[in-house]
Amino acid sequence: MRAIPSGSQTVGPFFRIGLEHLCGGSDPEPSGAVMVKVRGKVFDGNGAPVPDAVLEIWHADSSGRYDSARPDDRRRSPCFTRAATDEDGEFGFSIRRPGSVPCEMEVRQAPHLSVLVFARGLLRHLMTRMYFPDETANETDTALQLVPEERRSTLIARGSGSEPGSLEWNVVLQGEEETVFFAW
Amino acid sequence: MTEFAEWPTIELPPPGSQPEYCHPPYVSSVLRSPRQPLILLPKALLQCEGPVFGHSIVTASDSDLTGQHADKPVGEPIIVHGRVLDEDGRPVRGALVEVWQANAAGRYRHRADQSGMPLDPNFSGAGRVLTDASGRYEFRTIKPGPYPWKNHYNAWRPAHIHFSLFGAGILSRLVTQMYFPGDPLQPLDPIFNSIADKDARNRLISQFDINRSEPDRALAYAFDIVLRGSHETPTERAER
Repeated sequence: MRAIPSGSQTVGPFFRIGLEHLCGGSDPEPSGAVMVKVRGKVFDGNGAPVPDAVLEIWHADSSGRYDSARPDDRRRSPCFTRAATDEDGEFGFSIRRPGSVPCEMEVRQAPHLSVLVFARGLLRHLMTRMYFPDETANETDTALQLVPEERRSTLIARGSGSEPGSLEWNVVLQGEEETVFFAW
Repeated sequence: MTEFAEWPTIELPPPGSQPEYCHPPYVSSVLRSPRQPLILLPKALLQCEGPVFGHSIVTASDSDLTGQHADKPVGEPIIVHGRVLDEDGRPVRGALVEVWQANAAGRYRHRADQSGMPLDPNFSGAGRVLTDASGRYEFRTIKPGPYPWKNHYNAWRPAHIHFSLFGAGILSRLVTQMYFPGDPLQPLDPIFNSIADKDARNRLISQFDINRSEPDRALAYAFDIVLRGSHETPTERAER
């Protein structure tokens, strides 16, 4: 008989105590790697910034592979980081730009970040994805195709006018511009 | 749920075993829960492997929350231990377990904790441990106190320890809370009661464990955790 997975509970407002050690900077910048900076805000259903959320960014490496190598002395994974929001609901992180994940069973995947959202008020974390604005592969990406067209833009970051090479992407938990979240 | 017939999708947890995003008795959930339907993805899109954490991510003092300062913290010393298992009952090895909690007075070492309860200079309230080859973990701490919060009139959180766990992949990720047996605040707590199924809810309550308790030192509580998915290693898979 299959065991039933344990129930989820909120991270609450004080998660920094336990989770902050993995916040900020996923990996040392390897020479030649294309780094991407992402900034954004988390909003609630009233459009108010959420100052006590933490995002987890899970992604493939530049060759499209997940974290399968296992050197035991490595402190940080090159394919994972956390970013907590500040008092204005703002987060920021810098990662190595992921490659395309190889196709399996005919599904197609454009380069993307899987993002888990935790916050006070979220009894179960939310799962979403961030895509890059300049990728033609977005047009054939299976996950994006499953999203109603009018909501797809919530998953695609925008180029930031102020800083070349950096992106802006917001997470809206509820409301008119609600980010697309995936069931898990 | 939006379904796509062409590819097999993931199996969702049984109804009632996980909280709904919007659970109005927990007031903060009302404006922070999505209103649009969640989109169900093909299984093949959720094969994202988890981050791998090496042994250097944890040190011995990380699993002893009573030994991180010059003196012992105030409170009832306890041992919390258990197994991390997958849905097939197999141990999840090398899983990173992160914990955080209030001190014995119910105060978190966090600037947003305005409860007015006293801080303990000898208690930070954060720990980490990796599970061993049998999926076991253990840490030493003090029993956290219940504490008031603003959710409703005379609201108090039952004593709890926050747990964060990583399994093999993105679907195995879990953040939960461990409760203590016999706590009269549990029936009144909207967070604990956000899990509709009584059995599922009660599995978040640890069990007092006299056998693992240490004479003159510490009482023990056992808390097993089940992560989503199957966690067999590639070698095990090949052997089947």
